[in-house]
Amino acid sequence: MKLKKEKSKLVFPDLSSIPCIDKVGVEERVARFQTRSIKDASKEQALRMVLNMIDLTTLEGKDTPQKVKQMCYKAMHLHDAHPGLPSVAAVCVYPSMVAVAKKEVQDSGVKVASVSTAFPSGQAPLSIKLEDTKFAIDEGADEIDMVISRGKFLSGEYQYVFDEIAAIKEVCGKVRLKVILETGELITLDNVRKASEIAMYAGADFIKTSTGKIQPAATMQVTYTMLCAIKDYYHKTGIMIGMKPAGGISTAKLSIHNLVMVKEVLGSAWLTNEYFRFGASSLANDVLMQVLKTETGIYQSADYFSID
Amino acid sequence: MAEKKHKTAKGAIEWDYSPALESTSHVQLKDRYDLFIGGKFVKPSSGLYFDTINPANEEKLAEVGHGNAADIDKAVKAARKAYNEVWSIMPAKERAKYIFRIARIMQERAREFAVVETLDAGKTIREARDIDIPLACNHLFYYAGWADKLEYAFPNRSVRSLGVVGQIIPWNFPLLMAAWKIGPALATGNTIVLKPAESTPLTALLLAEVIKESGLPEGVVNIVTGFGDAGAALVNHPDVNKIAFTGSTNVGKLIQQAVAGTKKKVTLELGGKSANIIFQDAAIDQAVEGIVNGIFFNQGHVCCAGSRLFLQEPVYEEVLRKLKDRIQTLIVGNPLDKNTDVGAINSKEQLDTIHKYLKIGKKEGAEMYQPECPLPAKGYYCPPTLFTNVAQSSIIAQEEIFGPVLTIQTFRTVDEVIQKANNSPYGLAAGIWTEKGSQIFNVSSRLRAGVIWANTYNKFDPTSPFGGYKESGFGREGGIHGLAPYVKLEAL
Repeated sequence: MKLKKEKSKLVFPDLSSIPCIDKVGVEERVARFQTRSIKDASKEQALRMVLNMIDLTTLEGKDTPQKVKQMCYKAMHLHDAHPGLPSVAAVCVYPSMVAVAKKEVQDSGVKVASVSTAFPSGQAPLSIKLEDTKFAIDEGADEIDMVISRGKFLSGEYQYVFDEIAAIKEVCGKVRLKVILETGELITLDNVRKASEIAMYAGADFIKTSTGKIQPAATMQVTYTMLCAIKDYYHKTGIMIGMKPAGGISTAKLSIHNLVMVKEVLGSAWLTNEYFRFGASSLANDVLMQVLKTETGIYQSADYFSID
Repeated sequence: MAEKKHKTAKGAIEWDYSPALESTSHVQLKDRYDLFIGGKFVKPSSGLYFDTINPANEEKLAEVGHGNAADIDKAVKAARKAYNEVWSIMPAKERAKYIFRIARIMQERAREFAVVETLDAGKTIREARDIDIPLACNHLFYYAGWADKLEYAFPNRSVRSLGVVGQIIPWNFPLLMAAWKIGPALATGNTIVLKPAESTPLTALLLAEVIKESGLPEGVVNIVTGFGDAGAALVNHPDVNKIAFTGSTNVGKLIQQAVAGTKKKVTLELGGKSANIIFQDAAIDQAVEGIVNGIFFNQGHVCCAGSRLFLQEPVYEEVLRKLKDRIQTLIVGNPLDKNTDVGAINSKEQLDTIHKYLKIGKKEGAEMYQPECPLPAKGYYCPPTLFTNVAQSSIIAQEEIFGPVLTIQTFRTVDEVIQKANNSPYGLAAGIWTEKGSQIFNVSSRLRAGVIWANTYNKFDPTSPFGGYKESGFGREGGIHGLAPYVKLEAL
């Protein structure tokens, strides 16, 4: 891995040179990942990796400090009845809950990620988005999950989208920036690819599929398209960009298919929560049930696993 | 990123797939298989048997009857008797029922067929399970549907069957090729003597069991295992009305000579050296997948394999880099492992042929690239292989290798690539990769190849005709066209 270059000089990507995407071909490729049979030791290893890659998320209007505290405890203690399990990678909350979350997780190793930039719609002026981001960072956020301006993107104002991401990255400084493309609103895979390029060149550390508020969210087709973009970007710049599919990945099986895809497109170097995350609220328990199944041979009732 | 290995990032560990072997416990192979003649399993007249082995580990699977000319004669007589007494006079809708029944039993035993095909042919269980067996069943279902509708296939003609047909099938898709051949032949009212390839006879013999179970009248389908001499006896038998052959162009030429001056009809589906053409505006990542599917599907043992890759110069470097990266992720090894992408080469003989061409390629000055992949110690394996720096005049770009070996050439203009693609004695298939619809129509109408895929490769469907131009053979299999070689058309 090369060290990340200083991105002082951000260059707008040459959108005419990016490859077009054939949707039928992508579907066929993705189907092949799903035929991989992951068993025994490789399955056990995969399940633990998945747990350690989860951004445990609550993003609701009705979130309260008490709810966030409970989720933070779960993030650090997934299933204490079974010792030796990893914690999740991060908790993901609204800016107003960052301070609460930060106090809970402290230096447990679990990071606090905050959505910002008028999440989920992003329909606010840049000044407010910058303020939103600054606030989250001041409250102690380790990571920022911003949304792009999809309206601007769809009306072809790519430079605007690029500049906005770059401005947010400037506020972030060393704080890790995940850029949410909201692929469910971009519709085509060609758009997904284009938005990925813009985000990476504008300084994203991660690119992320969705807010979780729009369907479809993190389909494997979309994630595959973004992984291909990350691969090409790595080839051109030597910089490893992370990937975060979010929304709709709620089963262990689907999460393992995603790992297969990351391994076969990008390689094992990306198989760490430094470079790959799952944004999910209900994935953890399904994975826990599978972990216990592989280790004890018994498939336990959902009632044995805390819901948050 | 292609050639260098990633250093593992903080916390990242190598994650490999554990073995995921398909269970073989539900498969009970017999020690010895006899010939299937006149609805019964009978011993070969020579009393001799030959071994069929698993190319993945060189272990013997079973002994199979060594049929000879006398057995072929017996089989043709049984087929003639069945034709005269039962099959040619049976109402078409009754014929259809038998074909449906065979297809359904095959479907019920699909897992068993898939495992046996993998054991005998070395192909991956994934392909046997997801492609070979379901497609074989679909062909039979499709042609069963035609049996009582022939007057719609050939309007204003009276449709008559031919009589006894001899069918000789290859080792690359053993059951699928058997289904391709028997489906239309039975639907049109002919009786059959089928000779499977000597290296892959087992699924045809399982098919014989299925046929027996289906209650198909005795002698309608006869299956005689054996070598080239049995095939020659079938071709030369005076009471055979038609020969359908899939296999090498050399043998095809011998068959063509043998039937010259006789009343026998013949269809030949022979070799190929098909061009896969990537234009600069193609969806590159998907084209790379298409290249992989084109040449590494079934270890390249595919007559229509996209074995000549043509890359437009502006995207040459990019495609080559991505292709090398991609083939590094292909898993080569035990075909029974559900994660294996490239299985075993079908036979020692074929592996030797492939090695011969690898030597020729290197001698011709082409640059060979193979990914780093461990191969099993026993069995016949060849890693996915690319040759760059290949000329149109290179032998490896002209002759069919029939293995996981791809030659890569570049081109500048549309006219140039059409000329180069057509500049081959073969003309079975081709692939075109471009995002421009008009380009697809332009190029496909000027390529002399029987099957042309646009933005995909190696897709098969029972409703779609398949066959070649030039030395890739003549006659079509599949679709409505696949009925024609098995019927005599007369004015009403």
